[in-house]
Amino acid sequence: MSQQNAPILSVENLHTYFRQDEGVVRAVEGASFDLYPGQTLGIVGESGCGKSVTARSILRIVEEPGKIEQGNIWLRTSGSNGSSQRVDLTTLDADSQAMRDIRGGEIALIFQEPMTSFSAFHTVGNQIIEAIRLHQKLSPKEAREKAIDLLRQVGIPKPERRIDEYAFQLSGGLRQRVMIAMALSSDPKILIADEPTTALDVTTQAQILDLLRQLQEEKGVSIILITHDMGVIAEMADAVVVMYLGQVVEEGPVDDIFHNPKHPYTRSLLKSIPSILAKPRTKLATITGSIPHPYNRPAGCSFHPRCPDFMPGRCDVAEPKLQKLNERQVVSCFLYDNLPE
Amino acid sequence: MNETRQTLLEVRGLKKYFPIRKGLLRRVVGNVRAVDDVNFTIRRGETLSLVGESGCGKTTTSRCILRALTPTAGDVNFLTEKQRVVNIATVPKSQLRPLRRQMQMIFQDPYSSLNPRMTLLDIIGEPLLVNGVGTASDRRDRVEELLKLVGLPPEFMSRYPHAFSGGQRQRIGIARALALEPALIVADEPVSALDVSVQAQIINLMLELQEEMGLSYLFVAHDLSVVKHVSDRVAVMYVGKIVEIAGTEDIFQQPMHPYTEALLSAVPKPDPRLRSQRIILEGEVADPASPPSGCYFHPRCKHVIDRCRTESPVLEEVQPDRFVSCHRARELTLAGVQE
Ligand SMILES: Nc1ncnc2c1ncn2[C@@H]1O[C@H](COP(=O)(O)OP(=O)(O)O)[C@@H](O)[C@H]1O
Ligand SMILES: Nc1ncnc2c1ncn2[C@@H]1O[C@H](COP(=O)(O)OP(=O)(O)O)[C@@H](O)[C@H]1O
Ligand code: SF4
Ligand code: SF4
Ligand SMILES: [Mg+2]
Ligand SMILES: [Mg+2]
Repeated sequence: MSQQNAPILSVENLHTYFRQDEGVVRAVEGASFDLYPGQTLGIVGESGCGKSVTARSILRIVEEPGKIEQGNIWLRTSGSNGSSQRVDLTTLDADSQAMRDIRGGEIALIFQEPMTSFSAFHTVGNQIIEAIRLHQKLSPKEAREKAIDLLRQVGIPKPERRIDEYAFQLSGGLRQRVMIAMALSSDPKILIADEPTTALDVTTQAQILDLLRQLQEEKGVSIILITHDMGVIAEMADAVVVMYLGQVVEEGPVDDIFHNPKHPYTRSLLKSIPSILAKPRTKLATITGSIPHPYNRPAGCSFHPRCPDFMPGRCDVAEPKLQKLNERQVVSCFLYDNLPE
Repeated sequence: MNETRQTLLEVRGLKKYFPIRKGLLRRVVGNVRAVDDVNFTIRRGETLSLVGESGCGKTTTSRCILRALTPTAGDVNFLTEKQRVVNIATVPKSQLRPLRRQMQMIFQDPYSSLNPRMTLLDIIGEPLLVNGVGTASDRRDRVEELLKLVGLPPEFMSRYPHAFSGGQRQRIGIARALALEPALIVADEPVSALDVSVQAQIINLMLELQEEMGLSYLFVAHDLSVVKHVSDRVAVMYVGKIVEIAGTEDIFQQPMHPYTEALLSAVPKPDPRLRSQRIILEGEVADPASPPSGCYFHPRCKHVIDRCRTESPVLEEVQPDRFVSCHRARELTLAGVQE
């Protein structure tokens, strides 16, 4: 495989658990996927399926008592002589200098509610400047200029004025732009965006998605876009990972996910989402029941109580494994077990 | 649309201003014009959706209709079960209770809107109790009936809300709203807090209940995909004003207000083959405390002409059953979404 086609990030069989007195929350259980340079990988699933914990595992910022129990997270970095090397992030100490350099260096994170990620006591400018100087040796004046430039790049009007404002003085859309500016301050190779537009109105969402696309084109950054919104996935992703109860149930190119989905959950989800393309006043197909509580994960295939294709004696007994269906699609379901290789 | 349907609710010139006070004397220095001259009607058995970006005045409008807020000006005429027209905006508070039986609310957050210390029997039966309907055993029967109606097993009656999922809690909220057989349900973002797979169940339930009971809905939502599935007609709001009202099919296929067009274009389509050249609306929603001159949408409108900067457009019927508030409504051809 050529360098260009090798994944920049590979998550292999990731297990992240929260062991608590009440029981074990298997927040992520056997997630595997690859992120390729310059691509957008969408991770989609309903609330609690493990999207955020996956992101936090990659950055090694999982909250106590969460722990990566198994699996590897391979990050490809380029050395000074142009050669590339792979480092397994699960082997690094979460607080080590190496991991801190990667966090906010190679990999940056933006999330849903930018308000909580900004200090109320410092201007947004000072916070960006601080982030810049953490990774680059610049004078305060140079850092300020770079901060203004970043704010301009993310489409903030009058950046030389806005830089001295506080987060609470900005609208939700502008705050999200500032957050993106801050994430870009270290020239990351990977941007993880966890529900970046969920708190925004559609028109502002369109602006932010457009900005992410434009930044990707200009800088070639790889994006992991986490969302519960299939529409956002359809608009943005190159490849898609569908999660249910901590597990990856299906992966493939975005066109296959929408036009040739394989897993019963993906199929049901697509039929049940309200669509602006639907005929007015039409009922939706529904998925019976609701997402089980994480302590009560069903035995066998965890989707089996809700699955229209449930096979008694099989799906409730054994757990299906992620397997390659063809060159593009990966699926975890017994319906595809007897297929020839 | 059925023209013979009776009008159930008529909102005319509705305004709600919130005073902005400053200084030691708390002098009023301005007003947030949250709702600024809103007009629409709802017919019996129909769903009118109110859509628009956050802060445009949807919740304030619905709270004025239920008189949870007293309007600054305007009429909210409601046809009672006794076929009398009552202006809810001005009726003395003492006469509100019998009217409130006929119009009920469903909330966005099924978690915070149910009292955790009450059983389902008490929660759903409370409106009956408060209004002195039936004996304890009648109420029990009615709650059982209501639970079945919203798709929950009657045995759940003695349980507490914490035992239920978000979708189940929303069903409980709906059962409670239906207890007194209202004619109008005001639903403020009823599925926004739910998981995608559960949204569909609640949308279907609301459609079914409407068919069975002839309910009218004022459906407040920011999600246009949900709105497409539930509405007969749609009203689009921008900074406290309605900019367009039309039948669902018409407004989605061929919007007549530039803001409606931009809003539709911004909605992500769940099909990667339709990745389109979206209209990216520049700038931000205007501040209802100091709106722009002329048409409130003019700083963001790509069809703006000089007249728009000085003269406010009014909501006019530009085609039968199509109301638009734009100087150029008759000449522009705008893009909608295909089915
Ligand atoms: N700090 C934590 N302590 C205990 N459980 C947690 C914690 N964070 C997440 N979880 C659990 O892990 C599961 C996955 O959560 P999350 O990754 O946040 O889901 P998503 O982002 O897909 O909505 C959920 O069941 C959640 O309750
Ligand atoms: N009690 C209040 N006091 C002052 N301003 C208010 C109050 N309630 C709402 N507003 C303002 O009125 C406008 C409309 O709000 P709202 O009706 O909640 O909008 P929506 O439901 O469409 O998001 C907003 O600018 C909001 O800040
Ligand atoms: S393994 Fe069985 S229950 Fe699980 S998704 Fe496949 S068919 Fe359905
Ligand atoms: S009145 Fe003018 S500015 Fe307002 S929507 Fe119409 S064309 Fe645009
Ligand atoms: Mg999350
Ligand atoms: Mg609201």
